[in-house]
Parts: sequence; C-alpha cells; structure tokens
Amino acid sequence: MQYNWDWGILIEAPYLGWIFSGLYWTIVVSIAAWIIAFTIGSIVGVARTSSNGVVRGVATVYVEMFRNIPLLVQMFLWYFILPEVVPEAFGAWLKRGMPLPEMWTAVFCLGTYTGARVAEQVRSGINSISMGQRHAALAVGLRPNQVYQHVLLPVAYRIIIPPLTSDFLGIFKNSSLGLTIGLLELTAQTRQVSEYTFQSFEAFAAATALYVSITFIVMKIMAVVERRTAIPGLISLEDK
Amino acid sequence: MGDFDFDVIITAIPFLLSGLKVTLILTVTAIIGGVIGGTLLALARLSSFKPLSYLAGGYVNFLRSMPLILVIFWFYFLVPLIVGRPIGGFYSVLIAFVMFESAYYCEIIRAGIQSVSKGQAMAGKALGLTYAQSMQFVVLPQAFHNMVPVLLTQGIVLFQDTSLVYVVGVHDFLVSADIIANRDNRLIEMYMAVAVVYFLMCTMGSLAVRILQKRLAT
Repeated sequence: MQYNWDWGILIEAPYLGWIFSGLYWTIVVSIAAWIIAFTIGSIVGVARTSSNGVVRGVATVYVEMFRNIPLLVQMFLWYFILPEVVPEAFGAWLKRGMPLPEMWTAVFCLGTYTGARVAEQVRSGINSISMGQRHAALAVGLRPNQVYQHVLLPVAYRIIIPPLTSDFLGIFKNSSLGLTIGLLELTAQTRQVSEYTFQSFEAFAAATALYVSITFIVMKIMAVVERRTAIPGLISLEDK
Repeated sequence: MGDFDFDVIITAIPFLLSGLKVTLILTVTAIIGGVIGGTLLALARLSSFKPLSYLAGGYVNFLRSMPLILVIFWFYFLVPLIVGRPIGGFYSVLIAFVMFESAYYCEIIRAGIQSVSKGQAMAGKALGLTYAQSMQFVVLPQAFHNMVPVLLTQGIVLFQDTSLVYVVGVHDFLVSADIIANRDNRLIEMYMAVAVVYFLMCTMGSLAVRILQKRLAT
C-alpha cells in the first residue's frame, strides 16, 4: 500500500472553505427538505387514515409512487424531465429563471421522497392509537378535523419520534445525491478536494467525520425531545 | 411532450437489459453477502464477550451514519489501493455494497434473533447443545423464518440503492439508459422508461413480500 499522508491539506485554503461550504449546503438543503417532508408526510399520513376512499386512494398512490422509484431516478426526473413536460413558460423559468436550481430541485426531490416515508410513520402512529380515543372524541362532539388536531396527532407524533429521527437523519445522508445534479454539498466538495489534491483519504475522512458528527448531534437532540415529550405510562427511553 | 417516441425505447431494449443484468447481479450478490456479513455482525453484537460486541456495534453505527455515496467513494478509492492494482469499478462497488448492507442487515437480524424466546436457547442448552449448535439448529432457523419479509423488503431498498453506482460509472440499468438518453438526446423517453421499470419491479416485489408475510403469519 503506497500512500503519502498529508492531513495539512484539510486546513489549507481553499480546501477548508470548500468543505465548510459543502457542510453548509448539506445542512440547509436537509432542513429545508425536512420542512417539506414533514408537511407532506403529515397531510398524506392523515389522508391514509381517512374514512373517504378516494382521499385514501390518492394518498396511497402518492406513497407507492415515491417509495418504489429510486431516489436518484427521482432526482433526474425533477431536474431533467420536469422542465420539459410542464407548460413551456414554466419550463423555461425552471431551466433559466429559477434561482439556485440545483439546490431547490434537491430540496423538492428529497422533501417529496421523504414525505412518503414520513406519511407511513404518521399513519402507523395514528393507527396505533386505540379506536376508543377516536370514538370518545367524536362522542364529546369534536368534528373529525378537531379529533385529529386535538386528540390523535398530538399522541401520534410523540409515538413516532424514533422512526422520524431516522428519517430526518436519512435526509442528511440522502442529500449527498444532490451531487449528481451539480449541487456542491459535503460529499461533492470533499470529492472535489480529493480530485484536486489526490489526498482522497484525508478528504473522505473529513466528510465521514462531519456526517458522523451530524448523526451524533441529531441523535442527542432527539433523545432530549423524546424524553421531554414522552407519554406517561408508555414504554419510554428510561425503561430501556 | 408531444413527440414521445416509443421506438427509441424499443431499440434500446437489448442494451438496457444488459444494464439491468448488472443491477440484478449486484443486488443478489449484495443481498447474499449482506445477509452473511449481517449474521456474523449480529452474533458479534449479541456476544457476551464485550470487546467483540462493542466493535461490531461501532462498525454498524459508523456505517449507518454515512451516506451510501460516500461509502462507494471510499471503497472505489481504497480497494485498488489495498489490492495494489486497479480492479475496476464493479468489484469496488460490490465490496462497498456488501460492507454497507451488512450493517443494515445486522440490525434486522439482531432484532430477529432477539424475537426468538429465550426459552428456546435455554432448551437447546439443556439438551446439551453447544452455543454454536443451539444458534445454528435452534435459534437462527426460527429467527430467519420470522425475518424473511423484512430481509426481502431491505432487498428491495437495496435494489433501488444499486442505482447509486452511477457516481462511479458502473454500467447498471440507470447508467445504460443514461448513455442512450445523452447519445440520442432522448432524456424524457429513457428516464421515464427507467422510472416505470423500477416502479413495476419494486411494486411487484413489495406485493410478493406482503403475500408471503400473510402466508408466514398463519
């Protein structure tokens, strides 16, 4: 094994700046995508438990569509195909007018994809609540949307914090797919450092350390959130 | 969109099939390697010998916190360096997938082993089986029986993930479509075809898993 070590390149200009700007975009894209994913996931997840068959059907199609096509293919569809199949003026805007096209494409792609996953968690959270609660809420005179807002969702969200955490971490990891459409996020930047300096080991080690740190920090934060919002009487972190 | 040309897809079929073959070979090999690696890791994680258990746990958590693309880059760079000669992208990504998937399969298999009641392992011990024998003949067969649906679902995820070999240019299904898309300037036709094929294969796969799940449950 022949390799010349030079950890110094990691703190040299311009490479240090590249890595930090990559980290910045990874975080920005992931958080923006999470906001979309959480919103879509909540709506679609609730729709999946609706008593209206049409609403349920549309929500199911959404989830199956986004779960059964590889994320990379979805990324290409959003970036290369969408501008061609929408009305011409909008397509032209997507191609030329839109600011930061790579970033917004990645955000929407990751958001809609993860939304399907979040929807499944929300659905299973709602379904894990006993029917008695729904009936009791209806019996005291709440309207269906109030039942969701005041009774089902506050419990469901708290139950599904652990799987939601792993979906949230998934977005950070999946944001690396943005590099295929030219988004200069963390993985793309470290690959660039590796190509410019031939110090691939150091560059990838830096990326690895940063991803591991992101995971670690998110897990710590979510553990606190989980403990704070634990529902008394259910198996929680302390019991493990 | 008006000039969607099916002929482009039809003429490309043989080339696409050769790509699909690479995708399937990668998927199947990675599933087999991942399940074997995952089983070994799960046994290590559940071992009463602490250093081994921590080592396996560390490996699993480490790989699970990395993006797959980065893992592919790592192995694409490391494998030729360790072997000492270029061995081509295919084998590098294959090793990357086996190592990466082992971490995910480990967690599934660990949960599966833990779902087998403790009495079973004790009964094995009472009959005079060694630890290895009771694992091999009593615990693991039952664990795998419970896990089959989850293992297959992970297999479908893996099948989708193999498309990421795109980043190092291995000729899988997506890359073959991409080559023709760019050569003939037929992006819409080729990407749509890829999306539809993946969608149909994964949907049929999940349906099969669901049917199997019902059958195993009874």
